[in-house]
Amino acid sequence: MKFSLIVHASPFSAQTSSTAYRYAKCLLEEGHQIFRIFYYGDGVLVANQQIAPPQDETNLLTSWQLLAKTHNLDLVVCIAAAVKRGVLDDNEAQRYDKKNANLALGFELSGLGQLAEAIAASDRVITFGN
Amino acid sequence: MTLHVINKTPQNKSLYLNMLNGLSSGDAILLIEDAVYSALEAHQSLFKALSPDDIQLSALEADIQARGLEDKLSPRFSSVNDQGFVKLSCEHDKIVSWY
Amino acid sequence: MIDKKSILIINQSAPYGSSKARESLDVALTCSIFEMPVSLLFIGDGLYQLINNQSPDALNMKKHEAMLSALPMYDIEKIYITEEDLESIGLTENDLAMPVTLIQRDAIASLIQQNDSVLTF
Repeated sequence: MKFSLIVHASPFSAQTSSTAYRYAKCLLEEGHQIFRIFYYGDGVLVANQQIAPPQDETNLLTSWQLLAKTHNLDLVVCIAAAVKRGVLDDNEAQRYDKKNANLALGFELSGLGQLAEAIAASDRVITFGN
Repeated sequence: MTLHVINKTPQNKSLYLNMLNGLSSGDAILLIEDAVYSALEAHQSLFKALSPDDIQLSALEADIQARGLEDKLSPRFSSVNDQGFVKLSCEHDKIVSWY
Repeated sequence: MIDKKSILIINQSAPYGSSKARESLDVALTCSIFEMPVSLLFIGDGLYQLINNQSPDALNMKKHEAMLSALPMYDIEKIYITEEDLESIGLTENDLAMPVTLIQRDAIASLIQQNDSVLTF
């Protein structure tokens, strides 16, 4: 079955982002397809490559990146939500005259249209919110 | 048929009320994260209006274990693992998250 | 190109205090631009979004009421609240910023059934 996930929770202050990751991993292990994962609201914070959690804590960013690489996942970060939270790709860094881009590898910034498309194209849509 | 996924403690009464109002016969409720506390016997009044033949009640195993609730849950709830979560998602034609 | 899947957005968040109400509206407008039929249900704290006479100037925030009033221009006309919720906060339809469809609480289940996909904010 074709799934899309909406991740709408901060990876730092809620368990939800980690639940979403476990769910995505299990979907793939069970042979399902993930059309897209759309990060929205504080959910976009996981796509900051500067994230450096303490060694005894899981790094959700690298977990998502590895999963995406293995399964060629489409990880889309809401551009409006990301830019206002300082998560920028090269284009946006240039546009807003910021020194560095910090969008992590494997993620892409795009608009809410990608969410609408994911809803239309998937058999199931599940929101992980907090 | 809808899978209702809720992740807040039973203290969030109006969230539970809204979810219960959204239930149709054949729907299922899955408690995840902090919502697994709602599976304690002491909170079963939340679900008293539901007939067990009508609405399937489950709670996510990893969250139950993490919170020390494994031997403390109401028998109305079955424990499901992550595969069970995925299976419930497939068996119902949409998923509503209450958070 | 895009299937016209119908979407129900359930709003349970009050405006101003959090960004959820804004984020929800942005999704509603986008889905509508993509010609997906959108219904909005405001329940619980979500009902506060619809109260009239909002004046957030001193907060330096956008007026939520004004954004809501743009909904009909985006062909979003299915806006639901429950009679029970309205009564429970001691207000009437005259206190609301826009015309809405009043339903009974037990009709929420059929709204969920009727739509292909349900999002919550």
